[in-house]
Amino acid sequence: MSTTPPTSAPTAAPSAPAPATVTLTIDGQTVTVPKGTTILEAAKTIGTKVPHYCYHPGLSSPAMCRLCLVEVEGAPKPQPGCVTTVADNQVVRTVSDKALGNRQGVLEFYLVNHPLDCPICDMSGECDLQNYVHAEGREHGRGVEPKRVFGRDDFGGDVLFYGDRCVMCTRCVRFMSEVEKDERLTVVERGNRSVIDTFFDEGLDGTHWSGNIVDICPVGALVSKAFLHKARAWDLEHTPSVCASCSQGCNVELHTRDNVVQRVKPRENLDVNGWWMCDYGRADYEWMNEGDRIEAPLVRQADGSSKAVAWKEALGGLLARAKELQGRPVKAVVSARASNEDLGALAELVGALGGGEIVYRSPRSAEEIVLQGFPTLARRKDLAPNVKGAELLGMHRVGADDATGGLDKVRAHDGIVVVLGDALADQDERFGASAALYVYVGTQLPVAARAAHVVLPVTTHAEQEGTFTNHAGRVQRFWPALTAPGMARPAWLVLGALVGELSGEAVPRTAADAYAALAEAVPAFGGLAYPKLGARGALPMISGAAVSSGAKGA
Amino acid sequence: MAYPYVSDKEARVVSQGFGDPKQRRIDTYVERGGYGALKKAFGLSPDAVVDVVKASGLRGRGGAGFPTGVKWSFMPKQPTKPHYLLCNADESEPGTFKDRELMRWNPHQLIEGCLIGAYAIRAKHVYIYCRGEFFETNQVLARALEDAYAKGYVGKNILGSGNDIDVTVHQGAGAYICGEETGLMSSLEGRRGLPRVKPPFPAAYGAFGMPTTINNVETLCAVPHIVANGGDWYRQWGSEKSPGTKLFCVSGHVNKPGNYELPLGFPLASLIEDVCGGMRDGNSLKAVIPGGSSVPILNAEEAMSCKLDYEGCVTAGSMLGCASVIVMDHTTDIVKAVRRMVDFYAHESCGQCTPCREGSSWTAQIMRRIEDGDGTEADLDTLMQITQQMVGTTICVLSDSVAPPVQSSIKKFRGEYLARMKAARSTEVPVAVPAGVA
Repeated sequence: MSTTPPTSAPTAAPSAPAPATVTLTIDGQTVTVPKGTTILEAAKTIGTKVPHYCYHPGLSSPAMCRLCLVEVEGAPKPQPGCVTTVADNQVVRTVSDKALGNRQGVLEFYLVNHPLDCPICDMSGECDLQNYVHAEGREHGRGVEPKRVFGRDDFGGDVLFYGDRCVMCTRCVRFMSEVEKDERLTVVERGNRSVIDTFFDEGLDGTHWSGNIVDICPVGALVSKAFLHKARAWDLEHTPSVCASCSQGCNVELHTRDNVVQRVKPRENLDVNGWWMCDYGRADYEWMNEGDRIEAPLVRQADGSSKAVAWKEALGGLLARAKELQGRPVKAVVSARASNEDLGALAELVGALGGGEIVYRSPRSAEEIVLQGFPTLARRKDLAPNVKGAELLGMHRVGADDATGGLDKVRAHDGIVVVLGDALADQDERFGASAALYVYVGTQLPVAARAAHVVLPVTTHAEQEGTFTNHAGRVQRFWPALTAPGMARPAWLVLGALVGELSGEAVPRTAADAYAALAEAVPAFGGLAYPKLGARGALPMISGAAVSSGAKGA
Repeated sequence: MAYPYVSDKEARVVSQGFGDPKQRRIDTYVERGGYGALKKAFGLSPDAVVDVVKASGLRGRGGAGFPTGVKWSFMPKQPTKPHYLLCNADESEPGTFKDRELMRWNPHQLIEGCLIGAYAIRAKHVYIYCRGEFFETNQVLARALEDAYAKGYVGKNILGSGNDIDVTVHQGAGAYICGEETGLMSSLEGRRGLPRVKPPFPAAYGAFGMPTTINNVETLCAVPHIVANGGDWYRQWGSEKSPGTKLFCVSGHVNKPGNYELPLGFPLASLIEDVCGGMRDGNSLKAVIPGGSSVPILNAEEAMSCKLDYEGCVTAGSMLGCASVIVMDHTTDIVKAVRRMVDFYAHESCGQCTPCREGSSWTAQIMRRIEDGDGTEADLDTLMQITQQMVGTTICVLSDSVAPPVQSSIKKFRGEYLARMKAARSTEVPVAVPAGVA
């Protein structure tokens, strides 16, 4: 280099206690933010989104994309908003002619070698390059030179790399080194020959969190193989949900089209999962789309065959039989994938029938897989979303770590047997054969439900509203992303109706009612209601104090 | 001595040993008064050494010309962490070849300068980051350092003064960007040679996260002379704002190209005519780049009136930079010369910042097209605009360095560009456009 910029004095020695907040002006609006906030984050607080690529709140800031350059009065050059901290009386302009002109210039540079293959790019419609260029780019490009070509590379795992589309923000490289802390990616070469690459043949195979690099890629350079060419972004509906693959309770979005879940994306929640989710949870959605569902209540006939009937008929018959048997001990098996509301309704039903024992089975893995750079996030040992909820309701765990066995007593029970959600995969058709009344409440019809007197079709968590309680006791809501097949209804509604008939109590009309009833009946769920839970959940309050400390984001 | 060429106009301070193979030996160096300034410095307080350098007005010889004493005074006075002095010996600006000569001919002068600098900024360790391609230089430096350690000039308790200063020669791997101060630090730390955002500035958070000062080879080579003879002595050369002597690396179409140490403020015309023996073959002067490829090109008229100091070059419309004077005669193809420079920047861009990564190669592509005769006049406007978009918008100034040669050549030699254009070529064969195609 010919020129070495002058070194300037280090910051002055700390003097009197510094004020905790800083007040500045951004685009004419006065903003007060904590000291040390960056201009980019300060602008967010007034709803001004400064375009950026390399900056991500969960990663370090190299300030290299040069898109977030803003005009700061008094500064000789435009300043990167992502690393420039606010100062008192600073005057920042993010949409001045200078700032806009600069962004237009940088965006033009991005397009010099970008293939503009939006029509066949999975990112099209949710791409930050597309969005920014449409909003602020030049009307017509000036690039007539041949473009650089890198081609496509399989990075391993679920990740496919289209080098030509890359904007070299290095978020992916930084995620792997700073968050997963498994340096699998790097930039090779320099200048405009720079390209993201893996080390030799190692790739991303064997990593547990690499799916996140697809989410944080601002363009279509890193795409998911599982989602490749499956749907256009603008056709997808986004429904906030909670991952059901372990007890961490990562906040997610289910992206659906034509009543099919196409992919799962993490949803920001600094108290639970930050911006991330594991590859297992991300890949675990096909079951929500399964077609072999029970679509109508089934009642066993005298000849042993099953008949599909209307809800009224099924519940009517069931109630009549249940009243006859009221007082006989109940043995119930539930799934820890059922919501708090479903489990609460089942517990009430068992109580209304005279009481009994409720057990659950749930798979457990031997190890937790901790995200090293965000250690409050891990794929937990309990591979079901609501183990904590079941425990809080007094249900207890039976069976082995692969969710088999432990049902010998239920199998031979001669009273009332109720199964909610457990697929009974390890049981044969004799299961429940000796029961006076065997009710199977589920989504699919296993062999072990053949002996059931009544089979009630219910919805999955993707088809209903409800809550899960995560491993830390945090209660989190999810919303219906899919329309339930046939006559399937949420279990809390079906079981709540039975409870209402048996006990004379009010029947819950909404999931919020069902939760309210649960919160009233069970102190561990107390102090919360749906509006308070919002989209990010909360810890139950007992006499003003949180039940258990929640995980705080890094 | 007849080191390739010498001139009686020279004021040889740092270049005293050029051409003398004995100078690089430690015995000769000490015999000729070497390491005397180090002893003198150790007799002063570190702050007093800084004051001497401040008084001399010595300015950074790497290109930016920042006052060296002032830069040193930014370092914390009460060290709470290790301090480092880095010597930037990654000389790679096209047209520059002074640091290589300083290290080859007089390595102990640099080592002594490093030791004094380290003492002044309270550093216990000096890294000399030497360009990887300087193979012989690296060997000479390594040998000199070995001798200096053996004689007790470097290491623990230097000359019984109680001062411990280690010096390490680090060999780069050949990247222009590693001559940028923060890029050099990244490279030294074992990372990719990527410049870092400032602030934090090196004096607060430099190499290995510690307070660091980084100086050019020529700057540090001048330090022993200044400490030995005083600040006023150094001010006998040059002007009030640009005192002292400077090595000028003259290359191009002159009869006697080479390194010449001249007082700052020396007239460029005299440098070409008197010092370098005039233009080759009696050709006429077309253009001069006074400070390495990153500064604007001067046309013959501007060059003739240019005074070679920091202010004089700015007045003439360029910059002194690292004083690498590239002289071009009338046979020079300016478009090709500029294209070649831009190719260099496109090749050397580290690739972090978008304006530089994409802009430099795009500029190179357009320049190549113009050189090949496929350009249009509109391309010149595009070049002016995209190079302007590269100025002041990136982490380091590599990007800024693309604009001066391109913009100044388009302004000053527009005719040469236009003569290259598609429209100007007489051999242009009109392409028959099939009917129906607009």
